[in-house]
Amino acid sequence: MNVHTSPEAETVARILGEAARRHFCTPASIEALSRQSGGASRQTWSFDAVVNGERHALILRRDPPAQGKTERERSVTIDRATEFRVLRAAHEAGVRAPEPLFELTPQDGLGEAYVMRRVGGIAIARKLLRDAPYEAARGRIAGQLGEILARIHATDTGTLPPLPRREAADHIAELRRSLDALGQPQPVFELALTWLDRRRPAPLDRPVLVHGDYRTGNYLVDETGVTTILDWELAHLGDPVEDLGWLCVKSWRFGAIDRPAGGFGSREELWAAYEHAGGGKVDPVRAHWWEVFGTAHWGIICLNQAWKHLSGSIKSMEHASIGRRAVETEVDLLQLLKQGA
Amino acid sequence: MAQDRPTAAELLAAIADFLREEATPALDRTEPRLGFQMRVAVNSLAILEREARLGPAADAREHERLVGLLGREATLEELNRELARQLRGGERDETDAALMAHLDATIADKIVIANPKWR
Repeated sequence: MNVHTSPEAETVARILGEAARRHFCTPASIEALSRQSGGASRQTWSFDAVVNGERHALILRRDPPAQGKTERERSVTIDRATEFRVLRAAHEAGVRAPEPLFELTPQDGLGEAYVMRRVGGIAIARKLLRDAPYEAARGRIAGQLGEILARIHATDTGTLPPLPRREAADHIAELRRSLDALGQPQPVFELALTWLDRRRPAPLDRPVLVHGDYRTGNYLVDETGVTTILDWELAHLGDPVEDLGWLCVKSWRFGAIDRPAGGFGSREELWAAYEHAGGGKVDPVRAHWWEVFGTAHWGIICLNQAWKHLSGSIKSMEHASIGRRAVETEVDLLQLLKQGA
Repeated sequence: MAQDRPTAAELLAAIADFLREEATPALDRTEPRLGFQMRVAVNSLAILEREARLGPAADAREHERLVGLLGREATLEELNRELARQLRGGERDETDAALMAHLDATIADKIVIANPKWR
């Protein structure tokens, strides 16, 4: 069995053992605890809880206390307790989302944290797009993503915790605030935001649950296709087409540029599966608007990631280097604006 | 005062080559997580090498175009600030052919430095 080596891992294992005992109402032994991806602030840990000889494969999602989130992260991400409730609502509505099991309490001392079931599959786009075991899955992913998204959007909003409502105009204002805070003049992003502002779609009478970060890299795939949708921290209420547009942003194709639906299929294939599964009819003009928006959004996120390093909130070469990826979206924006609409 | 050779670009290229060809494979064997970080670093060095080589001429071209577009002399930063202000206010937009030619040329120069493989 894995031994928890670092003092932090020792502490996490001890607290998880106690919390798992409360949840399962019987002693639980914590095994194979290991820290997965994630920075200092938003952590993911994988572990097994062995309860009465039964092994439960689990994930801990955790924001340690007093770790610096930037102003922007605080304003756009939901807290872990809200994320837990969104996951529960989505899971109960039949969405392929991880099943949330229990929350930790402030007295546990792990910060905002909850435990969910671990699902098999990988998220690494490079492997999914090229490796042999995913050959059959590759042909299914675009359609599956359309079906699952229709289900997410059909989640009864009455079962959700209070979520921010974010319409096109709010998003544009938020990106302009970001540019102002960064301080460097950005003509291409300004051009795109004005283009978007002039054409912004009318708010819906009935906003739906929007995942907010529905893209390749944020879902798991095994040999059969998509197993689960991850990363719900940007969930909000708004326009369902936002998720369809974001999935088609060129940055999530990882080189498979002729397959807009996350690198795995055409827009039409994605939309047909979405509509067939009960999602509303997709208006191509609206979808194009959200794809342009998503492209500008990702570019400005790149600038913000670099700013986390430059402002000293975290010291990270990786974050710094992401700033130089913003120009990729400027190339894409100029192409997209020439396509009109 | 001019420095002796290697030029900045030549020295950056030499460092990037060394890290890519010798240091990264050794790291991959012992510390894969650091191997990944090293690839990010090598990629950034390659950006700096291209910037040292191509950046000054690209900036000069951008400056010259902006002076023509905005009809006044100022620093590159000031001119971009003025252009950004006009674009946010909608005084210029994508229907302005001279503007679009300028942005196309600027972004073409920028992507050749940041990521020449992007398309």
